[in-house]
Amino acid sequence: MRVTVYVPAALRQFSAGERRLHVELAAEVAPITLGQVFAALHARAPGVVERALDEQGGVRPHVNLFVDGESVRLGDGLGLQTPVAAGSEVWILPAVSGGGEDATPAPAA
Amino acid sequence: MRRDALILVGTTKGLFLLDGAAQLKGPYLVGTSVPSVAYDRRRGRILAGATSFFFGTSVRYSDDCGQSWTEPETPNLAFPEGSEAKVAQAWQITPMGPAQPDVVYVGVEPAALFRSADGGQSFELVRGLWDHPHRPTWQPGGGGLGLHTILPDPRDMENRMLIAISTGGVYATEDGGQTWRASNTGIRAEFMPEDQRFPEYGQCVHKVGRDATNPDRLFLQNHFGLYRSDDCGASWTDIANGVPSDFGFPIVTHPSQPGTAYIIPLIADVKRWTTDAACRVYRTTDAGASWEPLTCGLPQQDAYVTVLRDAFATDGADPAGLYFGTRGGELYASQDDGQTWQVLAEHLPPILCVRAAALD
Repeated sequence: MRVTVYVPAALRQFSAGERRLHVELAAEVAPITLGQVFAALHARAPGVVERALDEQGGVRPHVNLFVDGESVRLGDGLGLQTPVAAGSEVWILPAVSGGGEDATPAPAA
Repeated sequence: MRRDALILVGTTKGLFLLDGAAQLKGPYLVGTSVPSVAYDRRRGRILAGATSFFFGTSVRYSDDCGQSWTEPETPNLAFPEGSEAKVAQAWQITPMGPAQPDVVYVGVEPAALFRSADGGQSFELVRGLWDHPHRPTWQPGGGGLGLHTILPDPRDMENRMLIAISTGGVYATEDGGQTWRASNTGIRAEFMPEDQRFPEYGQCVHKVGRDATNPDRLFLQNHFGLYRSDDCGASWTDIANGVPSDFGFPIVTHPSQPGTAYIIPLIADVKRWTTDAACRVYRTTDAGASWEPLTCGLPQQDAYVTVLRDAFATDGADPAGLYFGTRGGELYASQDDGQTWQVLAEHLPPILCVRAAALD
């Protein structure tokens, strides 16, 4: 089965400039989770995956992931356990939380 | 300004460079905050600890004075899987000496030390410090639990090093980072109950500098308290003699004159701006027996200035070039050991760190 992952502009240096990456997964693994999609994508675009997910494998707090238009934080809130079907579209997007006063780590004063 | 100098200014919104003509270049690394930067003169490389609000932290580098930058394919500062820790930002980047031409240390938040053996392209966690039994009990200061100071001993840079953590205090190794001992005897922890104010560790040390000619002599700016050690950190003596406040963030030692150090006192603990709303650098030339204000060229009225711990640096020359940046985005410089100051840049984003190098 094929899943399409949309890469934000800020990460396209790690996807050879591609806006869309197609991930092929063995159908017999079904049901597929979002975490499995990222695991498969890691072999091809580790720089994208490791900027969407932190070193412990969790979704970074200011990155939003959508599967077929639904945020994986909302609804059932399944995160990386969100099921993904053949033909699904996954979007990686910087969260709207960026740009405010807290947009950078706290300085030391 | 020195014609052959390079000034590196890390801000909340990228990195700026100034050349010897005080020409501002940049911003570089736009979209990141840069709380740590270093110039590695062994290979003419600028190393920057860049944190994207969205996508995490990496050490990036430029070998052509900022024109192009290398960002690793995957973030090169990362805790091992299963450790539950995540790198929040890089607080300090310290290239070693010519005897270890490829070694670079980085201090991060949460407090940990990383070591590179390839000039800053990849890093490994220094397990000896991470596995220290004190580590789980270190507590974050107001700016986070950062390892912000890395001071190799010039007599044995491979094995002997001192680091400092807010809030954990000073730790020293003599075996290249395999084992570490707390080194805080005499340093006060003002925020503890009265009968616990001199603990083995847990002090909120803000910055440590090493004397120009005596490697056993150290100067320390604490979260309340100025200290000197004459035994390489084994014990500390209060030297807050005649300063308007013993609170501040940076402490810079003169690169060639013994017993000489610079601080910028702030009103503690809520305001954290310059005392008397006057921007004054204080200097000692007698190892802390006395301090004198240096004010020429600095604003002396209505100056509510904050200078962070890594936003004050020397270029290593003699006489010393001194540079400090403010949270208000001003960059000041002195070319005469601090006697007179001039504004090099204004209206920059909040300045997190400053480093300077006198180039050959």
